[in-house]
Amino acid sequence: MLSRQANNLYWMSRQIERAENTARLLDITYRMSLLPYRVTDEERAWAEPWALPLVINGLAKEYYADNPGPVTSDKVLRFMVLDNTNPSSIYSLMRAARENGRSMRGLLTTEMYEDLNAMWLELRSRSLTALSNGGINEFFEWIKTQSHQFRGVTVGTMLRDEAYQFIRLGTFMERADNTVRLLDVKYHTLLPSADEVGGAVDYYQWSALLRSVSALSAYRRIYRDVITPKRVAELLLLHEDMPRSLHACMNEIYEILGDLCKKESMEPERLAGELHAQLHYGRVDQIMEVGLHEYLMEFLEKLHTLGAELNQNFLVPVFEPETKSSQTQSQSQGATQKQSA
Amino acid sequence: MSAKSPFDEMRAADGSIRPHYQAHAEWLKSQQPDFLQQKQREANALYTRLGITFAVYGDESGDERSIPFDIIPRIIRPAAWKIISDGACQRVRALNAFLKDVYNDQEIVKAGIMPASQFTGNPAYRAEMKGVQLPGDVYVHIAGVDIVKTDEGQFYVLEDNLRTPSGVSYVLENRKMMMRLFPDLFSRMPVAPVDHFADDLLENLRAVAPPQASQPTVVVMTPGAHNSAYFEHAFLAQQMGVELVEGQDMFVANDIVYLRTTEGPQRVDVIYRRIDDDFLDPLAFRPDSALGVPGLFSAYRAGNVNLANAIGTGVADDKSTYLYVPKMIEFYLNEKPIIENVPTYKLSDPEDLAYTLKHLPELVVKEVHGSGGYGMLVGPTSTKEQIAEFRKLIEKNPKNYIAQPTLALSTCPTFIDSEIVPRHVDLRPYVLAGREVTLVPGGLTRVALNKGSLVVNSSQGGGTKDTWVLEDQSC
Repeated sequence: MLSRQANNLYWMSRQIERAENTARLLDITYRMSLLPYRVTDEERAWAEPWALPLVINGLAKEYYADNPGPVTSDKVLRFMVLDNTNPSSIYSLMRAARENGRSMRGLLTTEMYEDLNAMWLELRSRSLTALSNGGINEFFEWIKTQSHQFRGVTVGTMLRDEAYQFIRLGTFMERADNTVRLLDVKYHTLLPSADEVGGAVDYYQWSALLRSVSALSAYRRIYRDVITPKRVAELLLLHEDMPRSLHACMNEIYEILGDLCKKESMEPERLAGELHAQLHYGRVDQIMEVGLHEYLMEFLEKLHTLGAELNQNFLVPVFEPETKSSQTQSQSQGATQKQSA
Repeated sequence: MSAKSPFDEMRAADGSIRPHYQAHAEWLKSQQPDFLQQKQREANALYTRLGITFAVYGDESGDERSIPFDIIPRIIRPAAWKIISDGACQRVRALNAFLKDVYNDQEIVKAGIMPASQFTGNPAYRAEMKGVQLPGDVYVHIAGVDIVKTDEGQFYVLEDNLRTPSGVSYVLENRKMMMRLFPDLFSRMPVAPVDHFADDLLENLRAVAPPQASQPTVVVMTPGAHNSAYFEHAFLAQQMGVELVEGQDMFVANDIVYLRTTEGPQRVDVIYRRIDDDFLDPLAFRPDSALGVPGLFSAYRAGNVNLANAIGTGVADDKSTYLYVPKMIEFYLNEKPIIENVPTYKLSDPEDLAYTLKHLPELVVKEVHGSGGYGMLVGPTSTKEQIAEFRKLIEKNPKNYIAQPTLALSTCPTFIDSEIVPRHVDLRPYVLAGREVTLVPGGLTRVALNKGSLVVNSSQGGGTKDTWVLEDQSC
């Protein structure tokens, strides 16, 4: 298929997955903000609960440029949910996903397109006031449900062709990225002070993290014990039965790339295999020895290298010598951002 | 307009039904009154649901609309079709010969028939095309020739569309719609099929591939989903079973055009492009074009890829070149024109200008480079104020306009507000040129839905009808 088609489909599903993960993240932030603790140390002001979604998604700079003064829930929610100038807001992500889907309408099933379109039309009718009044939780639940539904419709109706593979690939590339980010920031920056490790706040935050990836009850069933960082790391990194764990994501990615890489020894398949093996044969003790943060950062870097290889081999391949215009292309996320062209 | 009432294609002057409409008229009579209304509603709903739409330029809302579809077919006798078909093909053969001449030896200038300034002064002229050799010497592969009828056997060509003529998807969709709505009608009448258009088009495009391509890859190139005719681009690509691509999907290396695919570069041999010359290649034409492919023109010149239609065909279809087409037919083909031009006044000529300004209320005035029914004056249906305003425009820049007598376009029965009433129509058959010059029996009949209106453009209240060419020689 054409690279542009693959690229638009890949980004469509990445954008929906990212919108879902943003909703999960904001949901958990909201829950944590209800805890009776405040950061008093000014140097750690960025560890305020409402600053976390910005840090995790790497949006702090963009946010502060538009929103001077203290970080408040209202401002962050406006910025992350309905701000149409922030390309990473749920609103913008869904708009981009719908635009990508619309431009590739012929490759989607009728059910998929109708679902995507209905989701966008409903989102467009929502306002922030209505959100704060009507219960922000309900809204996050709605976004999650929409994402679940679109994935379900995709799996349930689509021909298992190349287009399907690229849609699935986008979902798991994005999910892997999000799980890494979530785990890293929580582990290092959450606590008001080091003394509180193992305290009530600590416990609540770890359980909130697990809940944000729908893993709390799974944790209880598997470990039947108190929540410890090491076990959380094990569950979200290495446990392949956990659908949002890195291992589960890499299982899918490796399998998809095995199908897509028709030539021998293609770099994306090799890289995915390496990452997969690392998780498949990894031990949590070794990870903790290296340091979870270091481990996660290294992993994220490899994941980005894999993303770049996907671009080069499938999505926005550069064949010609003049690489200038192609570089700008590889940063774009499918149809919407190319519209201005 | 002449006092004589316009030619009615269904009814003779004495009110009797013409033979080729007989079967349809009988069928109509046997239907319940609200049956047609119900079918019309069904057609409207289907067109909306199928998303067969176009965008209206200049409409602020940017919404897409469906072109109104009329459920009464236009029926054409085999004898009349022969005139249309032969006449349109003859024109396209002459125009192709003219284009080859313009960009090569310019014999027509040497023969004193046309001054070189007629084309070199035209904004659509591409000096870059001089000396470029094209497979089969074909410049125009797909042409839309707009034809009107004013009397029995009397046809005129209104204009030639030689750049990227659109509308052919409606010919096919309208036929599908009629077969769906009125299947029994097709068993009563020998209607010539049109569905092989896409096959013919693909065969033609393959026939003009660079000679070294044994299994030529053909693609349809679109400016993108925001183009008003995007539906048609997607439709034709799908019907031919080829890829629909944008400029960014292709790249050029060593003067060879490739597609970017998930399985690596794939060579392209023929591009049916639905994008204007200016935007094709930022290195050769408009440098700010983000829609084109850098290096495409160089690959084209080198003969490694073919474009349909060729670059620079616009010199042959503007309204001042139109005046020369009958002479081209005589000069290049040594034939008499089968279908005449509409008598045309060139307002750059002082005599013609004086006549036109005196007779504005009777004439149709058009911009030389205008299209789509924009920037034109239809004298008989305009108010005094509109005429006065247009007069000023003409006086300011007479060169920019031509004038023609208002033709009494023929009318066809049309279903409007639960009644069948006559409305003016024109016809755009689509001529294909490749190995030979052919056209499918039919075309796009456009109908002016407003009573008395002569403007059939979809942007100005026009609709479409299915066009039935009968195969039975007896009628």
